[in-house]
Amino acid sequence: MPHLAVNDIHANYGALAVLHGIGFEVDRGEVVSLVGPSGSGKSTVLRALVGLTLVTGGSVEVDGTRIDYAAPRAVKAARDRMAIVFQQYNLFQNMNVLRNVTLAPTKVKGRKRAEVEAEAMELLKLVGMEHKAQAYPDELSGGQQQRVAIARALALKPEILLLDEVTSALDPELVNEVLDAIRRLAGEGMTMLLVSHEMSFVREVSSKVVFMDAGRVVEAGPPDAIFDAPSSERARDFFGKVLR
Amino acid sequence: MDYNFQFNVVWRNFDALLEGAWLTLQLGVFAFTCGCLIGLVGAACLSFAPRPVRWLVHAFVIFITNTPALIQIYFLYFGLPEFGIRWSNEACVLIGLTLNAGAYLTMILRAGFLSVRQTEMEAGETMGMSLPQRIRYIVVPHIAKSIYPALANFFIVILVMGTSVGAVIGVDELTGQAINLSTVNYRWLEYFTIVALMYVVLTFIASIGLALLGRWAFRVKARIF
Amino acid sequence: MERILSQLPDFFTWKNIALLGESALMTLSMTLLGCLIGFGLALVLVYLRTTPGLWALPLRVACIAYVEVFRRIPFLVVIYLVLFFIQTVASDVSLFSIAVISICIYAIAYTADIIRGGIESVPKTQIEAAQAMNLSRFQTMRLCVLPQALPVIIPPAIAFAVSFIKDTALVSQIGVFELTFRGKELNNQGYSGVLVFGTIAFCYFLMSFPLSLLGQYLEKRLATPRGQRHSR
Repeated sequence: MPHLAVNDIHANYGALAVLHGIGFEVDRGEVVSLVGPSGSGKSTVLRALVGLTLVTGGSVEVDGTRIDYAAPRAVKAARDRMAIVFQQYNLFQNMNVLRNVTLAPTKVKGRKRAEVEAEAMELLKLVGMEHKAQAYPDELSGGQQQRVAIARALALKPEILLLDEVTSALDPELVNEVLDAIRRLAGEGMTMLLVSHEMSFVREVSSKVVFMDAGRVVEAGPPDAIFDAPSSERARDFFGKVLR
Repeated sequence: MDYNFQFNVVWRNFDALLEGAWLTLQLGVFAFTCGCLIGLVGAACLSFAPRPVRWLVHAFVIFITNTPALIQIYFLYFGLPEFGIRWSNEACVLIGLTLNAGAYLTMILRAGFLSVRQTEMEAGETMGMSLPQRIRYIVVPHIAKSIYPALANFFIVILVMGTSVGAVIGVDELTGQAINLSTVNYRWLEYFTIVALMYVVLTFIASIGLALLGRWAFRVKARIF
Repeated sequence: MERILSQLPDFFTWKNIALLGESALMTLSMTLLGCLIGFGLALVLVYLRTTPGLWALPLRVACIAYVEVFRRIPFLVVIYLVLFFIQTVASDVSLFSIAVISICIYAIAYTADIIRGGIESVPKTQIEAAQAMNLSRFQTMRLCVLPQALPVIIPPAIAFAVSFIKDTALVSQIGVFELTFRGKELNNQGYSGVLVFGTIAFCYFLMSFPLSLLGQYLEKRLATPRGQRHSR
C-alpha cells in the first residue's frame, strides 16, 4: 500500500480551476518530486494536501485512509500526518527560532514545554541552526530561516513532509545549506513530496519525478527516464529549456 | 424594560427635525468650505512662507488641534463679549468650527503638498510644460489622489462631530432640535433614536455623493463605507 | 481687560487650582477607562467579524453595522441616548459610569477599524502557516496575528484616545464633574469667560499635546523592525 495516494484531484483557485485531475503515489520512505513550468499547479497540489486550497474532486489517501477535505476534523487529521514547508519560510516574525519550533507541539498537542524544547534543540542541530535558537526570524538570512522552517515542520512529527519550492526564494550561495538538510532527511528515510526547480537536486534525491503542466500530470517515472528520455513533447520542450 | 416607545410624537414634529438637519448640512458645508480656504493658505505658508510665518501657522495648528472645539466655541461665545465683540450663537459655532476645520485641513492639505514629487515637476518642465500646465496636470491630480479620501472623511467628521457641538450653546441644528423638542414632551429616547438614524442617513448620502464626486472629478476610488 | 487682570489673583487660588486638577483627572480617567474597555471590546468585535461560515453571517453583518452606524452618530447624541436608555432601565447608575459607557461605545466603533487595519497588515501566509500546523483560529489570532498587528495598531489607537480627550468635553452636558463642566461653573460664578475658558483650554492642551508627542514617538519606535532595534 502506498504511503500517500493522490487520485484524480481537482482544485479551484477562486473561480479558476487550477488542478484538473492529478494522480500519483508516494511509497513509504520515498522522495517524489513534482516538476513543471510555473503555474502548472505543483504548489497547489501541496497546499491541497494540507487543506489550504479546497479539493473539489478526487480523493487523497494516507496509509489507505481516505481524507475527506470537507470535514474539518479530517483536515486536522491530515495536517497531523503531513507537514508543509513554504517557499517564503513563513516563520512567525514575533517569536524566536525556538518558540517557532515548539509552538505547535505545545499549543496543539498540549505537550510539556521543557520536553518539547529539548526535542526542538535536537531538530535545530539536525538542520545546523542550534546556535541561533534565541534569534528572531528577521535577524536570520533566508537560508537560515528556511532551515528553521524545516525544523519547525519536523517538530510536528509528520509522516510525510511536503516541501514547496523551499530554495526558490534563496540567494544561490544559500541554496546548498538547505539542500543538505533535505538530503540528510532523505537519508533517514523520511517520506517526502517536493516541488523544486533545482533539477540536479531532484534527480539526485528523488526516486520518482512527476512532470506536471497546466494542472495535469503529463508523465511520471524514475528521474533518469523523465529527464533524459521524456516521452511527451511538452516535457521534452520544458527540460530542453531548463536543463543545462 | 417596560418603557413604552411613542414614536408618533416624533413624527408630528418631524418637520422641525428636518429643518435641524438642513441647518446641520449648511453648517457643515460652510465650515468645511471656509476651512479648506484657511487650510490652503496654511499649507501654502508651511511650504513656502518665511520661518516666522511658518512658526505662527504651526502654533495655530498645534493649539487648535490640542484643545476641544467646544472650549474654543465657549471662548468665542462667553469670552469675547468682554472685549465688546458680541456674536450670535450661530456665528460663534460657525467661526469656531471654521477655525477648527482650518487647522485640521492645514495638516491634511500639507500632506498633499508633500506628495508632489519634485522629480515629476522637473520632468514636466523639461517637456516644456508651463507652470499653470504643471499645476493642472501634475500638482492637482497628485494632491487630489493622495488626500481626497482624507478630505471626504474629514467632511463627515465635521458634519457629525463638529456641527452637533452647536447644540450646547443653543443652535437649532439637528441635535439642538432634538434637545428642544424632547424638553417639551420628555420623549428623549424616541427623539434621539430618530435623530441618530437621521445622522446615519445624512452622512451616508454625503459619503455616497463624495465617493461619486471623487470618481468623476479626480478618478479617486474613495471608500464609501 | 482690566476685569481679567483684577480677577487673576482671585481666580488662581489653591482651591480653584486643586479643583481644576481634580476635574482634569476626571477627564483623563474617564477617557482612559472608556478607551481601554472600548479597545478590549473592539478586539472581540473584530474577531467575531472574521467568524467563518454561513451561520455567522448575521453576526458579521451586525459587527460591520455597529462600526458603520456609530461612526456616523455625533458623540453628543450617543451620550444622550446612553443617559436616557440607562435611566429607563436602571435608576442608580452614576453619571461617571454613563460617561464611560458612552466613550466606550464610541471608542469601539473607531478602534475596531484601526484593529482591522492592523490585522490585515499581517501577511496572509503567516495565517496559512499557523493553519497548516493545526493551530485553532483563536490560537492563530492570539499567538501569531495579534502580536504582529499590535505595533501597527497601538500608535493610531493612542492617537485616537488622545484626540478623544478633547471630545469628552461634551459629557459636561449631562453634568459630569470634568474639566469643561468646572469651567462653566466658574464662569457662572462670575469669573471672566476669557480667563476661565482660556485656562481650561490650556489644561486640555497640557494633557493632549505631550500625550500626542508620546504617541508619535511610539509610532516611530514601533515602526523600526526588531533587527534594527537591538544589535544582532
